[in-house]
Amino acid sequence: MFHRKSTRFEPRQRYADTVRLLVLTALTVFANGWVSHASADKLAGGVLAQKGGAGITACLACHGANGEGQAAAGFPRLAGQHQAYLVKQLQAFANGKRKNAQMEPIASALSAQQINDVADYYAGLPGWKPTANPVASSPQTALGFKLATSGNWSKGMPACFACHGASGEGIAPHFPSLSGQISSYTRAQLKAWQAGTRDNDPQGLMKSVAIKMSDEEIAAVSLYLENPALNGKVK
Amino acid sequence: MMSSWLKNWFQSQKQTRKFHPFWIVLVVMATLAVGGVVWVATYLFKVEEAPAVPAVVSSATPGQDGAQSDNLPAIAKPSPLSVEQGGVFSPPDPEDIPSGEFGDVIRLGKNIFTDTQTYASAYVGNGLNCVNCHLDAGRKPDSAPLWASFGMFPAYRDKNKQVNSYEDRLAGCFRFSMNGKAPPLGGKEMIALTSYSYWLAKGAPIGVALKGRGYPELKQPALAPDEVRGKGVFEANCAICHGADGQGTLVKGRYVFPPLWGSQSFNAGAGMSKINNAAGFIQANMPLGQGGSLNLQDAWDVAKFMTSHERPADPRLAKK
Ligand code: HEC
Ligand code: HEC
Ligand code: HEC
Ligand code: HEC
Repeated sequence: MFHRKSTRFEPRQRYADTVRLLVLTALTVFANGWVSHASADKLAGGVLAQKGGAGITACLACHGANGEGQAAAGFPRLAGQHQAYLVKQLQAFANGKRKNAQMEPIASALSAQQINDVADYYAGLPGWKPTANPVASSPQTALGFKLATSGNWSKGMPACFACHGASGEGIAPHFPSLSGQISSYTRAQLKAWQAGTRDNDPQGLMKSVAIKMSDEEIAAVSLYLENPALNGKVK
Repeated sequence: MMSSWLKNWFQSQKQTRKFHPFWIVLVVMATLAVGGVVWVATYLFKVEEAPAVPAVVSSATPGQDGAQSDNLPAIAKPSPLSVEQGGVFSPPDPEDIPSGEFGDVIRLGKNIFTDTQTYASAYVGNGLNCVNCHLDAGRKPDSAPLWASFGMFPAYRDKNKQVNSYEDRLAGCFRFSMNGKAPPLGGKEMIALTSYSYWLAKGAPIGVALKGRGYPELKQPALAPDEVRGKGVFEANCAICHGADGQGTLVKGRYVFPPLWGSQSFNAGAGMSKINNAAGFIQANMPLGQGGSLNLQDAWDVAKFMTSHERPADPRLAKK
């Protein structure tokens, strides 16, 4: 760009550069503003989650301050779950395709926009990360590891991770993340599929897995999925 | 438990003076007699079954359009030697692969089979792994399990009009199903895959077509297989995983659901590109976890739809 012969125009060149820089900065600021405007629904979702709204209990009361769930009560983790999956479930609670006494009234009170917003918010929170001190290896978690990674084909049951992603992180949009989920919640969902009280899965794909599972397998895999960091450690 | 019970019994018999050492001789004689009868029976049964073995191989009809196929017999009579519960051979659990040098090679074979993309990448020309068509790490009946194949080679194959070793058979899937090139015979990959197959086939008979071998031969459907109906079946049952365009689902550069056609799928010389193999595989194994759920007509229709799409050319034709 800088020819030797144009040395004497250098001050002018510099002036042009400054102008360019200014324009660029202005553009960046504008773009930033525009982007944050576009993700305002995430912010609105955050407000809804933290404070609730008209006739809507704040989600954090049950799902935890950071969407991490509540182990004692079996309230599921929402943080890091896929947006499309969260939207689908909220709609299902609202239109009766999924039954739950606590969630139905809340989901029914949400507008379509609010469902999108709050799903966006939870999907954007950090997902589960392996903890420093994983659950101690036990025969039960070894069985859980086996089911998650290899399934039990003697009963025609594929590995959980064949559909839920190589380490349980899910495969958007149809296959939710399972890793880090509260084990009592996972257990309850598997039982609900067995009992027929949850049946909103596409093509009955999850049901055909759940109905093949024994109580022991359900307990083991639910425990394992709560902290699947054990991968290499369990034989 | 058993032995203490025996001891008690022994004692009581002695005490009641009913016991005589001759009992022992009697029991041994009886065992030998029963064992002898069973042995003779098995021997007779085996002889009767023997002629069926060459029949398995020679029943193959010339492969149509040069496609890869072993034209396996529908379902062979389970061998009395291999029968476990339910009449299906049950291979050992990969968790029990032994430690030590041989175990390491077996384990490498399993890794190549389940993650061909990583462990034999030089020989793969598409996005597939062996396990995609041979489910449960090559263990599932009706998805061409390795344990049912290992004891059936060497065998004459119409595909190349010569007697093939087991390694030759493995090479076929590398070339066609994986659209790649075969690893050298006797090389690391071949030895590992053979070792894994051998290990899975532990206790299986040689030269007997076991129940669950290959893919099931389906009956002909009522209506001729139709692409348009097949498209409907595909959209309702398969697209959620394999994609509306059949190109599979790619996550971080790896297929979590494999492509059914297109440049990253098996080539036109592969067994899966023949409608009868595809229909058999699909009916028995797809949708994942719902094997056996498609009716006969739907299975043929969707197989027709899948096999009529573009895919890499048959390498044998390209060379001519
Ligand atoms: C009173 C407690 C409570 C409150 C408040 C609550 N939830 Fe829930 N939520 C639950 C329970 C319990 C379940 C599990 C339902 C089941 O077992 O099927 C659940 C499940 C869900 C699920 C399904 C999760 C999955 O993995 O399938 C979503 C999504 C959800 N809640 C979103 C929300 C949102 C958004 C709010 C706030 C607007 C909220 N919840 C407020 C109790 C609550
Ligand atoms: C064939 C594919 C498939 C396999 C294999 C599979 N799942 Fe699922 N699973 C699904 C689908 C699809 C859904 C979403 C259901 C919905 O949309 O409501 C699901 C949902 C779930 C949920 C509900 C998640 C939530 O947040 O509410 C749990 C729990 C679950 N699966 C556990 C498992 C476990 C454990 C295994 C292995 C034993 C497994 N899945 C194997 C397809 C599968
Ligand atoms: C696209 C699907 C597909 C893939 C991928 C695939 N195969 Fe195959 N394989 C087949 C088909 C089809 C047959 C023939 C089955 C029949 O004739 O019933 C077959 C047959 C075999 C057989 C002989 C089975 C028998 O009973 O004699 C072996 C062994 C085998 N494959 C090994 C492999 C190995 C090793 C790989 C990976 C390098 C692999 N396959 C990848 C589709 C596939
Ligand atoms: C729940 C997800 C899912 C559904 C639904 C599904 N598949 Fe698959 N399919 C898979 C997975 C995963 C594999 C690989 C299996 C493995 O590696 O263990 C596979 C493998 C295959 C293969 C062999 C590999 C290849 O790429 O050619 C074919 C053919 C196939 N599927 C056809 C179908 C057809 C046809 C349908 C609909 C009738 C269907 N699948 C429905 C998940 C699915």
